[in-house]
Amino acid sequence: MFSNRYIYIYATILVVLSAVILTLAAVGLKPMQDKNVRVEKMQQLLGAVSIQSTPDNAEDLFNKYFIEQHAINSKGEIIGSVINGKQTTGTINPFNLDIKKQMALTKVNDLSASLPIYVCQKDGKKSYVVPVIGNGLWGGIWGNIAFAEDLNTIVGVNFDHKSETPGLGAEIALPDFQNQFKGKTIFDNTNFTSVEVIKRADKNNPHQVDAVSGGTITSNGVTDMLKSCLQFYIPYFNSLKK
Amino acid sequence: MAGINFKLIKNPLSKENPITVQVLGICSALAVTAKLQPAFVMALSVIVVVVFSNLIISLIRNTIPPRIRIIVQLVIVSLLVILVDQILKAFVYDVSKQLSVFVGLIITNCIVMGRLEAFAMNNKPFDSLLDGIGNGIGYAVILVTLGIIRELFGSGTLWGYNVIPQSFYDMGYQDNSLMIMPPMALILVGIIIWIQRARNKDLCEK
Repeated sequence: MFSNRYIYIYATILVVLSAVILTLAAVGLKPMQDKNVRVEKMQQLLGAVSIQSTPDNAEDLFNKYFIEQHAINSKGEIIGSVINGKQTTGTINPFNLDIKKQMALTKVNDLSASLPIYVCQKDGKKSYVVPVIGNGLWGGIWGNIAFAEDLNTIVGVNFDHKSETPGLGAEIALPDFQNQFKGKTIFDNTNFTSVEVIKRADKNNPHQVDAVSGGTITSNGVTDMLKSCLQFYIPYFNSLKK
Repeated sequence: MAGINFKLIKNPLSKENPITVQVLGICSALAVTAKLQPAFVMALSVIVVVVFSNLIISLIRNTIPPRIRIIVQLVIVSLLVILVDQILKAFVYDVSKQLSVFVGLIITNCIVMGRLEAFAMNNKPFDSLLDGIGNGIGYAVILVTLGIIRELFGSGTLWGYNVIPQSFYDMGYQDNSLMIMPPMALILVGIIIWIQRARNKDLCEK
């Protein structure tokens, strides 16, 4: 039989040994995991402006096209900029902002909230890409919206989701759904209207796109996400237009 | 070391298959088999975990105090699972995203705990290793079969490549979206069990 003393010592050694192994693995693999997360984010931003990328060339393409990155606050002021890879204003690196956390701050009108905006220069044309984040039916949904130089017309979007139903809500991640957004506008004259995802949308209405059939809650989630997240950027957009 | 006991590898593939006969690990078999690639990676992960946990537990089986044996098994299994999860995140990030929580849930996969309790606690390391390989592959075979069927008919692709020619779609063929939903996986598992039992009368209850 085993004594209590033996059991305690046995359990302690086992647990400490496991902890050491796991710590070593976690620390050793962290750089590669972080890189994967970075690259994925870059690919999503590139996707919003219709640039095809692979995990291998995403970083190069991103640095080539996304020349400016700004962090802006709720008043529309720039509080941190990275231009051509160099920090030019403030200390906040826009790329590293935790969008989920910052977006939650904006919901409670916390003035310290700041969100990134990415400026892409491609074929002589500027486009502005902003991240959005919200909730679908089963879990989170998120995406990036690219605007043309007028800061009104959408030139491209991409959406992704954590666990929406395949074939239904998950359709938001497919080109058929996302291409509908191209050419839509978020302002009616000067009023912010966002873009609604609704059933039987009028194709000619610049503020509506067709919902995913069978994915009503996910579609509503996209509408809410666009409305609440784009709202934050309106002061900045207005300041640029002046 | 005695010769290799091939029964330990062969039996779990057919008449002791963990999924179709022992009906273990069904949850993950339903969840990750909508596409072939995640199914394959999941199968591989389970093989690694079941083989190494069998081996490790068998090596230390005589030192484990019986009163805390389940906890010791859990510690070893979770150690391996977390390692696998970390490695997947570092090297095949997109697949690990698709598998999401299911890699973590290998910890509770009944196949792993089942083999530890039923086999590794009472057998020599080498036999346990073989038992792990056998059961892991038995699980993998079903997962990959499901993955192939579901991806082929559900999305018209295999391993992400289109295999159903465009001309089929032009003629009115459509992907079956029921295939990519979990219930269809359950139905397919049922069909596999049916076929297996029809061919092997030993498995039928009296």
